[in-house]
Amino acid sequence: MRVFIRRLKDKNRLSFVSLWILVFLYCLALLADFIVPYPYDLQHREYALCPPVLPHIFHNGRISRPFVYGIEIVNPAFKEYRQDTGKIYPLKFFVKGSERKILGIIKTDRYLFGTGNGKVFLFGTDNHGRDVFSRVLYGARISLSIGVIGVAISFILGLFIGGISGYFGGKVDAFLMRLVEIIMMFPFFYLMLALRAIFPANLSSVQVYLLIVVILSLIGWASLARIIRGMVLSIKEEEYVMAARALGLSSFRIITRHILPNTFSYTITALTLSIPDYILGESALSLLGLGIQEPYPSWGNMLSVAVGNLRVLTGAPWMLIPGFFIFLTVITFNFLGDGLRDVMDPKNW
Amino acid sequence: MECLWKLENVSKKYDVKKGDEVLALNSVSFEILKGETFGVIGESGSGKTTLGKVMIGLIEPTEGKIYFRDTSLTDLRGKKLLNLRKEFQIVFQDPYRSLNPKMRVKDTVMEGIRDNTGMKEKREKVKELLGMVGIEPARMYDYPHQFSGGERQRIAIARALSTSPSFIVCDEPTSNLDLSVQAKILNLFLELKERLNLTYLFISHNIKVVDFIADRVAVMYKGRIVEYGEKVDIIKNPLHPYTSVLILSAFLRKADINEKEKSAGKGCAFYPLCIYAKTLCSEHIPQLKEIDKGHFVACFKRT
Ligand SMILES: Nc1ncnc2c1ncn2[C@@H]1O[C@H](COP(=O)(O)OP(=O)(O)OP(=O)(O)O)[C@@H](O)[C@H]1O
Ligand SMILES: [Mg+2]
Repeated sequence: MRVFIRRLKDKNRLSFVSLWILVFLYCLALLADFIVPYPYDLQHREYALCPPVLPHIFHNGRISRPFVYGIEIVNPAFKEYRQDTGKIYPLKFFVKGSERKILGIIKTDRYLFGTGNGKVFLFGTDNHGRDVFSRVLYGARISLSIGVIGVAISFILGLFIGGISGYFGGKVDAFLMRLVEIIMMFPFFYLMLALRAIFPANLSSVQVYLLIVVILSLIGWASLARIIRGMVLSIKEEEYVMAARALGLSSFRIITRHILPNTFSYTITALTLSIPDYILGESALSLLGLGIQEPYPSWGNMLSVAVGNLRVLTGAPWMLIPGFFIFLTVITFNFLGDGLRDVMDPKNW
Repeated sequence: MECLWKLENVSKKYDVKKGDEVLALNSVSFEILKGETFGVIGESGSGKTTLGKVMIGLIEPTEGKIYFRDTSLTDLRGKKLLNLRKEFQIVFQDPYRSLNPKMRVKDTVMEGIRDNTGMKEKREKVKELLGMVGIEPARMYDYPHQFSGGERQRIAIARALSTSPSFIVCDEPTSNLDLSVQAKILNLFLELKERLNLTYLFISHNIKVVDFIADRVAVMYKGRIVEYGEKVDIIKNPLHPYTSVLILSAFLRKADINEKEKSAGKGCAFYPLCIYAKTLCSEHIPQLKEIDKGHFVACFKRT
């Protein structure tokens, strides 16, 4: 693994940086319970649509410990706020608060940062006065895991079905490929909608989450299986596969040790590149109100609230921040995929 | 001598596109004796590779019977066939395609070793095999692309030896290699044969290679064996016109220019190119003689 990362660093700087950005994002998602100053569903009613409140370190021209100013509402009707430089709340690290569980396992009553009586909204608040920063971190859990789990499922299905289809050929192949074609015939988006529509609307967040993962990967495996089949078809005629057969190895071993590994430089890349589809797929469902349900955040449903509201677009652009995170994730996965392609090939070592 | 292989009317048909068929092997029958090197020559597409693959069970013949040590391979199924398969191996033409690029040499060579051997013994065996074919055992953790063509072919040979076979199909194993490397690999084949009591089916389109390595030779043309017998007989006294053409063209074209000039004054002018040449021909100039009425020739072979 370490060798692997070193190679990535040497071969493709951009994807190396992308890897670390992703690692960072995943850490944020995992440690959200510890990092965020507020629960994702806590509504600061008097501070709805408040712009970002950032920490300062200069006060009256002098360096001081980090602090935030108080915020004062100027015009409740138009949600205009202003910083009250008279009130100063120091930013404290490892502050005590009510008890939370990190990932539902480790109990903690201290968070990374907080301000006591002041408010710190790093990314501002949404129309219900909920801290966007906290929600982005919780939302990351959905958006970042949906792609990986979905890809894992379609990877396994795609490799398995594509491998069998290509290696054994004949009737098995004909049957499996017709199945793939049927799935691929439907436009991705409408199939997704249709599948979602079959299920009742009032599912819990967890159920919806699982449902989305399954829907997306049931669609995703088909194209992968088809490509794998094509590759298997040509690889099985390679002389090293012939040689493996001559050695008397089992079909299973030949497929898993000789054929599939030689599709990996393609598959791994294709999969990394398809993770964004899942993230965007979830966002699309959420935009239509069919994804993760409020109050639980996902980047998709946060963005859907923002996009569905013209005033938000003009007056509270910070609510588009989840969109930036989607963009960042999608593009870093793309760069990472590029780098993996180089690294997977022993010829490039 | 004991008969190792016996083929009876073996045919192989390939379906190409709808309705179209290629008869890659057409009713081929011959025997291979234990311990001999059986050469197969023929032009590209004559069915040499198909023959090799059919024999070791990589392709099913469309018709015919194949016997290995009196066991009929065409009737054998399942486990028994898999076990018997370890008795025969194949070395392919292109060492750049015959090694899995994603596998370390160690794993490539290890795969064929019997399953019931321990990991440590397997590794020892790999080292032994690599040593036998002249690859530094320390390089067993490298990948194929780190080796030259000749070295790769050696690794492919080590893999073939890993099942302790008694018979190896060598499918033009030197034709993709440099001339200097070719000779070394051919010598390796000879050496291994002595050491391990192997029997070879040696496929080549290069008659000089076959001349060097084979004991008996079969000549294939369009899926059929048109002539086979002792190497010396085939090369010195080809009976089938196709064999004659093959041999003449092979020996004529490759003749050494210098030698040609050197002997131009002395002996027969055609001597350096002639496959029937004897010492006599290099020393005396043959005179035109009338063989039949009005038919003259200047050759010692005819006079
Ligand atoms: N898998 C296949 N499907 C269809 N036709 C095939 C297949 N393999 C071989 N053939 C055909 O069978 C014939 C014999 O092929 P084969 O590879 O045995 O020839 P060869 O003597 O080994 O030639 P070369 O010297 O080029 O290796 C050729 O006409 C070839 O096109
Ligand atoms: Mg061939």
